[in-house]
Amino acid sequence: MSTLTEAPPPLTPTAPDKRPPRTRGRWTPYWLLLPGVLWLVVFFVAPMVYQASTSVQTGSLEEGYKVTWHFVTYWDAVSEYWPQFLRSVAYAASATVLCLLLGYPLAYLIAFRAGRWRNLIMILVIAPFFTSFLIRTLAWKTILADGGPVVGALNTLHVLDVTGWLGWTSGDRVLATPLAVVCGLTYNFLPFMILPLYTSLERIDGRLHEAAGDLYAKPSTVFRKVTFPLSMPGVVSGTLLTFIPATGDYVNASLLGSADTGMIGNVIQSQFLRVLDYPTAAALSFLLMAAILAMVTFYIRRSGTEDLV
Amino acid sequence: MEQYEPDRLSPARAAAVRRSLRSGRAALTRRSLLRASTGGALAVGGLGLLSGCGIPAAGKTEGGVSAEDHSKAEKQVRFSNWTEYMDVDGSGRRHPTLEAFTERTGVKVTYTEDINDNSEFFGKIQPQLAAGQETGRDIIVLTDWLAARLIRLGWVQKLDPANLPHAFANLSPQFRSPDWDPGRAYSYPWQGISTVIAYNKKALDGIEVRTVSDLLDNPRLKGRVGFLTEMRDTMGMTLLDMGKDPARFADDDYDAAIARLQKGVDRGQIRRFTGNDYTSDLSKGDFAACLAWAGDVVQLKADNPDIDFVIPDSGYVTSSDNMLIPNKARHKTNAERLIDYYYEPGPAAELAAYINFVCPVDGVKDDLAKLDEDAANNPLIIPDKAMQAKSHSFRSLSAKEETAYEEKFAKLTGA
Repeated sequence: MSTLTEAPPPLTPTAPDKRPPRTRGRWTPYWLLLPGVLWLVVFFVAPMVYQASTSVQTGSLEEGYKVTWHFVTYWDAVSEYWPQFLRSVAYAASATVLCLLLGYPLAYLIAFRAGRWRNLIMILVIAPFFTSFLIRTLAWKTILADGGPVVGALNTLHVLDVTGWLGWTSGDRVLATPLAVVCGLTYNFLPFMILPLYTSLERIDGRLHEAAGDLYAKPSTVFRKVTFPLSMPGVVSGTLLTFIPATGDYVNASLLGSADTGMIGNVIQSQFLRVLDYPTAAALSFLLMAAILAMVTFYIRRSGTEDLV
Repeated sequence: MEQYEPDRLSPARAAAVRRSLRSGRAALTRRSLLRASTGGALAVGGLGLLSGCGIPAAGKTEGGVSAEDHSKAEKQVRFSNWTEYMDVDGSGRRHPTLEAFTERTGVKVTYTEDINDNSEFFGKIQPQLAAGQETGRDIIVLTDWLAARLIRLGWVQKLDPANLPHAFANLSPQFRSPDWDPGRAYSYPWQGISTVIAYNKKALDGIEVRTVSDLLDNPRLKGRVGFLTEMRDTMGMTLLDMGKDPARFADDDYDAAIARLQKGVDRGQIRRFTGNDYTSDLSKGDFAACLAWAGDVVQLKADNPDIDFVIPDSGYVTSSDNMLIPNKARHKTNAERLIDYYYEPGPAAELAAYINFVCPVDGVKDDLAKLDEDAANNPLIIPDKAMQAKSHSFRSLSAKEETAYEEKFAKLTGA
């Protein structure tokens, strides 16, 4: 091994070294990196190390916690809470798909058709962010209240019979069902889908559409062959920005859901704060992170946009 | 492996070897070497780092740890309380009872409403207290079970009875000797909290609700019933309904109560487990009936005449929020004087008239009647004899029990 690392002697006389005019600039990139790296070390690496350590500790509040390399915690956490894991992924995936279905037409409209209304619509998309996440979620409790007009209309149209049969709702209500949680997630993360979609759509050169039209492509073909492929970076980053936070979310499930809709975020929260089982909570956090990382990697590989993200 | 001898190679082959070292898949470059070695170092260092972490045992010190008392030199006291748990004047910024205290004693009160949730607040102060540091607070207000935990961990200071003459004399008998703090050596209640059954007459539509069993069994209430995420309140009320005393029950009783509630969850009878947000569900009618805290019910009733409450024959659970002095607090004597001040009938009545919780001070009724006749006659604020007789408290739990019970309850609530 060591012999291989030695560079072979030059075979032809090389040209005399051209020294760079200034060596001072060599360190500039590192100085520029420093704030970011420090930030990551303090707020990401250090807590991660601490959590990793916590996840393999055993003990209690009274006796203190010691690192005992108790990896069984991970196995116990998975076998105990896999339904919540699956549920989180299912809810987040549904919300992401809904966001895409709702967000794409809107982003398309803003990018190509809105004209002078563009800024206004953009503001409308972002405006809900001026109020707190909790208030926005609680507003859904009023919108979807049992006796409210929305639920009344859905009942008259027999939509709730269908969703009830699918297991998304139960009885004559929407609140405290999986449907309500997915709606809440969709609503809360929709702007994270629209904004990247809009930026990537807006960048598309309009002349490409004209060219496609000149080549006798139908509007649907133009969309399929030109617009959509070119907006893929937006689709990928939008879905990631929606899916990742939605998987770990617990506010929507606790306010709009019931005892049957607990997501993994709810479990982590209650393990940390109520049960005070810090190792299990830390292990669950790591498992969630690993699961998301694996899914995202797979997704990026499949969509073939590694260099676009 | 064959020794690599570059001078025997033809220039072309040597160049190829060199190229393969510098580029291509298995390129061994300075960067990859660096990466590999830092990776290894990180892994080794990381393991060391991981085992270096760990959370120290709670420094168990009987009687708490006092810092030097600066009460004389620094005329102030720092009071951390829950939101909307203090009387406020018309402007909404000033607290008349606190100002009267400052006027009388010259002790300035720094009043902070930074407690929103027991568990969350515990997470906030735990690192300092575990490390034996000051929390920056002289009085904190915590619910029974957390107060019990802090006492168990030795993180709060023993109170000096000499500074608490009114508190000693006026504390209502109902709150005198909880099993987690016999004789109130460490804590005095700020307010009492009763858990009752509240209902929305309009949503009930004539269905009668008198007991927890009605909530759990009446098929007409399916999906319109709520329970609380506060383990002791929900479990206490269910235990009472099953004929068990929450002050002394066994593991089996607890499991039976969990199973009974689990059935309610599985059948879709219980809509959700809520914290304070049950108030909106109840007033909108999404909950027809639910477990509720009496202080809220008094408020809700004032805003919405459809809301009312019932106390089951089997009894109800009372807990309290307690004033405690954390270890190393700088102004212990001032803090004790403030605690004692709220046990004088005058200030206690003023407070009770404003916040509508169970007043833990005896002999307040006359003063309260002068301020607010209705409040003085409301058994939810000044419990009468019959009401007091039905009150039960949840027994204190050992650390092991607490973890096990909370875990089972968390599973029940879906988290």
